[in-house]
Amino acid sequence: MNASSAPHPTGDVLLYVNGVTVSFDGFKALNELSLVVEEGELRTIIGPNGAGKTTMMDVVTGKTRPDSGEVFFRGSADLTRLDEAAIANLGIGRKFQRPTVFENLTVFENLELALTGSRGTWRTLFGRLTQEGHARIAAALERIGLAEESGKPAGALSHGQKQWLEIGMLLIHDRQLLLLDEPVAGMTDRETEETAALILDLARDRTIIVVEHDMAFVRSLGARVTVLHEGSVLAEGSVEHVQNHPRVIEVYLGR
Amino acid sequence: MSAGSAVGERNAWSLRFWVGFAVCAVVLVVLVPVLNRAVEPNSPVAVPDYLVPLLGKYLCYAILALSLDLVWGYAGILSLGHGAFFALGGYCMGMYLMRQIGTRGVYGNPLLPDFMVFLQYKELPWFWWGFDHFLYAAALVMLVPGVFALIFGWLAFRSRVTGVYLSIITQAMTYALWLAFFRNDMGFGGNNGLTDFKDIIGFDLHRPTTRLGLYLASAVGLGIAYLLCRFITNSKLGRVLLALRDTESRVRFLGYSVTNAKLFVFTVSAVLAGIAGALYVPQVGIINPSEFSPANSIEIAIWVSVGGRGTLVGAILGAGLVNLAKTWLTSAAPEIWLFILGGLFILTTLVFPRGIVGIFRQLRWTRPRAQSPAAPPLAVGGSGAAKEQA
Repeated sequence: MNASSAPHPTGDVLLYVNGVTVSFDGFKALNELSLVVEEGELRTIIGPNGAGKTTMMDVVTGKTRPDSGEVFFRGSADLTRLDEAAIANLGIGRKFQRPTVFENLTVFENLELALTGSRGTWRTLFGRLTQEGHARIAAALERIGLAEESGKPAGALSHGQKQWLEIGMLLIHDRQLLLLDEPVAGMTDRETEETAALILDLARDRTIIVVEHDMAFVRSLGARVTVLHEGSVLAEGSVEHVQNHPRVIEVYLGR
Repeated sequence: MSAGSAVGERNAWSLRFWVGFAVCAVVLVVLVPVLNRAVEPNSPVAVPDYLVPLLGKYLCYAILALSLDLVWGYAGILSLGHGAFFALGGYCMGMYLMRQIGTRGVYGNPLLPDFMVFLQYKELPWFWWGFDHFLYAAALVMLVPGVFALIFGWLAFRSRVTGVYLSIITQAMTYALWLAFFRNDMGFGGNNGLTDFKDIIGFDLHRPTTRLGLYLASAVGLGIAYLLCRFITNSKLGRVLLALRDTESRVRFLGYSVTNAKLFVFTVSAVLAGIAGALYVPQVGIINPSEFSPANSIEIAIWVSVGGRGTLVGAILGAGLVNLAKTWLTSAAPEIWLFILGGLFILTTLVFPRGIVGIFRQLRWTRPRAQSPAAPPLAVGGSGAAKEQA
């Protein structure tokens, strides 16, 4: 679990964010933010509260429309023009800060909804779960350790189990880009370690952006770090590089 | 509705379900007609003729309750305007029945219904064209509420109007229609509405056998509506709906179109409500603008919540029981009925959020053998969007 196991970017640009500005009532949540993430990369984004981390994710997933600037996925898909569902179907997945599973559905049904497949209203009305789908759900249940809880409503799970279910939902859905918003918030040290291992494992065949506060966790991922401050990039580089960066120390680590 | 097999899938179409469905169908479709037609009229088990249209009316209300439960109980869309779809379907049927009167009206005009002669119409308005054909009217019974709901829903869901705001604009919708249909120059009979019907596809509406036929049509309609709702709610789409009822934004990030899913159930639901209205009108013999009254739509929500929203059987039970109580109390003690109705709503909301069906389920689950999951928490309709702003 160190830098050597980190994934290898291919050099192709997957996510291209250029000059994005978002303001809420005059407050600039993002200020000319520019960011490039390569295919296969694992990227961590840190920054103090209000630095624009969550807004950045909102822009990429289509929840918030930027006032200006451009956001492209795979060079051609203009994310500023698509809605959440269309962006999700391009292959961009998001995990929220608080675990959000569907509490009134069973664990199995939660995974079923996340399973790759047609999202059309008509198809979901008549579609049936295939043998292969069954097998993939069973495999995911096994991997996140919730096989026993399959028939339970997700609302009956513990906090940690919900986090795992949510990661399972990301796992089962083939996504090229995952955005994880503070994936270890509220976890015990042991759970944090396991989550780091799972993320490194997931990162082997997809691109992941992790937004995190926990510096120990960021260090354990050993990935390239982008530091946000007041809505734009303050520094970017290895963990060591940003930790020794004087401005970063001043605004973030120094506190 | 078992708690789920080993892998967490629910089997909605088990043998047990079909047996239960068949028993209910036999009671409604075979037993009631037999007790009405084949039993001596003074026998204690006989169903007297006057009761048949009353039962038919309850069945129409049950279809209406199902339609609201589909959107409210399963998708969190609390529509307080479903009475409007019911009335629109009812008006389409009423227009057909008016055209069937022909020269038997007071003025004996072969083309124009009485109220038009009275209001000095020179010719039949264009929107009345074709209503002398039953199939045309039957198609419009579904199309008018369906298209209306499609347009209304598209505007509302696309702009992400949810929760209490949606409830308010549906109230406004039915209120606007209420006022519009009151106007004489709308061409729908104004305040008096449409009435004095004579016959339907050649059968005299005043004959007991015709009334029994309408009752049977309502029973079959309820059966089909129930199966349709059960199919929808047990499909993957049904699970998408339950999911978006609880956390709408999360469903979007999974790649489902929340707008389309909502639009689909809302339209299906409006069509069902329209059919209910069309079955209702020939049995009660009148349709007038009071069917659009906002209070009517709220009453439907009370039926569903008393029976147990999010359970289809609950909607049917609620519609039946509340209306039974209404029929009895509005003649026995009319002054207290509205208090009882209001009290019921408060009671179910505060004490029995899952309604009558919820009470029975809880009783079953508190028995020792139960290893079933805990009762799912009460879902507040469409509040998911409230916590969006970071």
